[in-house]
Amino acid sequence: MSNTILLAHGSGGQLSHDLVAEVFAASFANPVLERLEDSAVLAGLGGGRLAFTTDSYVVRPLFFPGGDIGRLAVCGTINDLAMSGAQPRYLSAAFVIEEGLPIADLRRIVRSMAETAREAGVAIVTGDTKVVERGHGDGCFITTAGIGVIPAGVDISAANARPGDAVLVSGTVGDHGMAIMSQREGLRFEAEIASDAAPLHTLVRAMLEVCPQIHCLRDPTRGGLATTLNELAGQSGVEIVIEEARIPVRPAVQSLGELLGIDPLYVANEGKLVAIVPEEAAGQVLAAMKAHPLGRDAAIIGHVRSGRAGRVSLRTTLGAHRILDMMVGELLPRIC
Amino acid sequence: MRYVDEFRDPARAQVLLQRIRDTARRPVQLMEFCGTHTHAMFRHGIRQLLPPSITMLSGPGCPVCVTSAADLDRAIALASLPGVTLATFGDMLRVPGSRGSLQTARAAGADVRVIYSSLDALEIARREPARTVVLLGVGFETTAPTMAAALLKAEQEGLENLRLYSLHKLTPPAMAAILRSGEVALDGILAPGHVSAIIGSSAWEFVARDFHLPCTVAGFEPLDILQGIADLVEQCEAGISEVHNTYGRGVRAAGNPAAKTLLAEVFEVSPAEWRGLGSVPASGLALRGRFRRFDACPLLDEHRPEWSEAREPAGCRCGEVLRGVLEPTRCPLFGRACTPERPVGPCMVSSEGSCAAHYRYGGTR
Repeated sequence: MSNTILLAHGSGGQLSHDLVAEVFAASFANPVLERLEDSAVLAGLGGGRLAFTTDSYVVRPLFFPGGDIGRLAVCGTINDLAMSGAQPRYLSAAFVIEEGLPIADLRRIVRSMAETAREAGVAIVTGDTKVVERGHGDGCFITTAGIGVIPAGVDISAANARPGDAVLVSGTVGDHGMAIMSQREGLRFEAEIASDAAPLHTLVRAMLEVCPQIHCLRDPTRGGLATTLNELAGQSGVEIVIEEARIPVRPAVQSLGELLGIDPLYVANEGKLVAIVPEEAAGQVLAAMKAHPLGRDAAIIGHVRSGRAGRVSLRTTLGAHRILDMMVGELLPRIC
Repeated sequence: MRYVDEFRDPARAQVLLQRIRDTARRPVQLMEFCGTHTHAMFRHGIRQLLPPSITMLSGPGCPVCVTSAADLDRAIALASLPGVTLATFGDMLRVPGSRGSLQTARAAGADVRVIYSSLDALEIARREPARTVVLLGVGFETTAPTMAAALLKAEQEGLENLRLYSLHKLTPPAMAAILRSGEVALDGILAPGHVSAIIGSSAWEFVARDFHLPCTVAGFEPLDILQGIADLVEQCEAGISEVHNTYGRGVRAAGNPAAKTLLAEVFEVSPAEWRGLGSVPASGLALRGRFRRFDACPLLDEHRPEWSEAREPAGCRCGEVLRGVLEPTRCPLFGRACTPERPVGPCMVSSEGSCAAHYRYGGTR
């Protein structure tokens, strides 16, 4: 690992994984953390099992088509809880605010958090505020933590994928990250690309109703679908095979991706999930997803095989085969 | 904007592949100049679908990769000057110079900021008048007009604190240098679509005229690339050496006159230092006339930072890769000492680099 923190350590790719493994997991070592799931699963607290998670949000610009940092901070933590099958209940919110941020902006962010929490049926029950000098923050950073309850009989883990399982995605990929990039670059499109930020726990509930034995769930945020699939293949010790033609991508996202030289499969999502389920349940789960407003564009995109552990293979639209690797470094537009 | 799907249609791709298979009777070695072609071919798996008689070699068409270690060292020195903010495209950050990269310089305190367009640098200069904002001008004929536009705007606004460190390069002279060297035997050139949109397909006439090779301008979608390759193979078999344009929706023979005028107003042609090719005459762009006052180079002369000889990373063979002489996977460092996470040379760093393409999409791991 390098001697100083680089921006790429925060981009969700290989360096982020190394940082977590070598610095954090190595020092905080305990069996709950070592599972490296989206949420910690805590057993034996008052009978049931609780899911517990935290996440910090830094995004520029603070407001973007389809959302803002506040909506992101609520959805992201809810989704991390939902990916363990939990129904989220309570959130905390801590703010690091840069001197000079207009109060109107802060109100707008907080109002958006409140609306999103209401929409999701969770309560924000505790919080903290710090103000840093101008130049020491990017307007506003938010950290949320959340607690949810895992229903009995649900056992979801990134390590549970089995050969033969089907791989599903709940909708079009790349929307959130491309919405942010289109804002940063000042690129105006006929069809505006909006962030997909949304709380996914009701979708997960609908999926669990038809298939309580869902093996893996993960929301492909930083690093995108490609990175998430690699994490699942690695943690489960299996190979995942994906059909490129079956991955839903909006035409506007595809076009902007081509323009910038960025592959939508590596672009962040904030309202999508990847599910790995037993093959025989795939049809039912897909139907349940499609019946939910957040899963209308859901698709079965591939399957799990024993193959080479940790590898994700992609069959391209043209019928060729290649590796779908984890993201390395930061996502950067091409120079030509 | 619904171009993408129709240019990825598998059935039409099969038709083109069949046409290529039917035509290709003798082995041919083709060079795709452009890194975007290299990446697109790997991403869609085109190389493995081509008949084995067709060998595709990657050329030097990656602006980040061809930036020399000495030029990069100067960029890092500029970034480290007091009061200077270096504005760069992100792809340059991790490219190793002789001693570290812009990324390590930034982590050590240099003010290096990633921009997404040359206009972002203008915005920084407006917002922070006390700092000297140096725009790192890396890129081929496609990117250079955007830099020229930024300088014109700075001139109009009377912005005094913007500078350009122009490392811009022109593609036809590099292609000519490779062909002239005769180091690799080539049967045809797949010419870059984006660059040709600016300079026009006619800029490649010298390939046919002086080197008697077919040259086809192609776009970047799978069908575009297959069509370009099919055209080259057909020319080879028929013994024709012409410049063809299969990217009619993006490229005209004369290119983009407005962009060319802009380039001619702000820049003059100069020699440039290419990694792998060395100094190539008339292959760079330096500021001309009244725009010389935007030149960042004098800042270094004023401050005279300690200077030591530029050196390529030990064992790195990016130079040979850029000339098409060495397949990335044959470099002893490839995939072992040199990976995208810990790159030794620029071809493993850049999203356009051919080592990165071979590594990322390679089927061997």
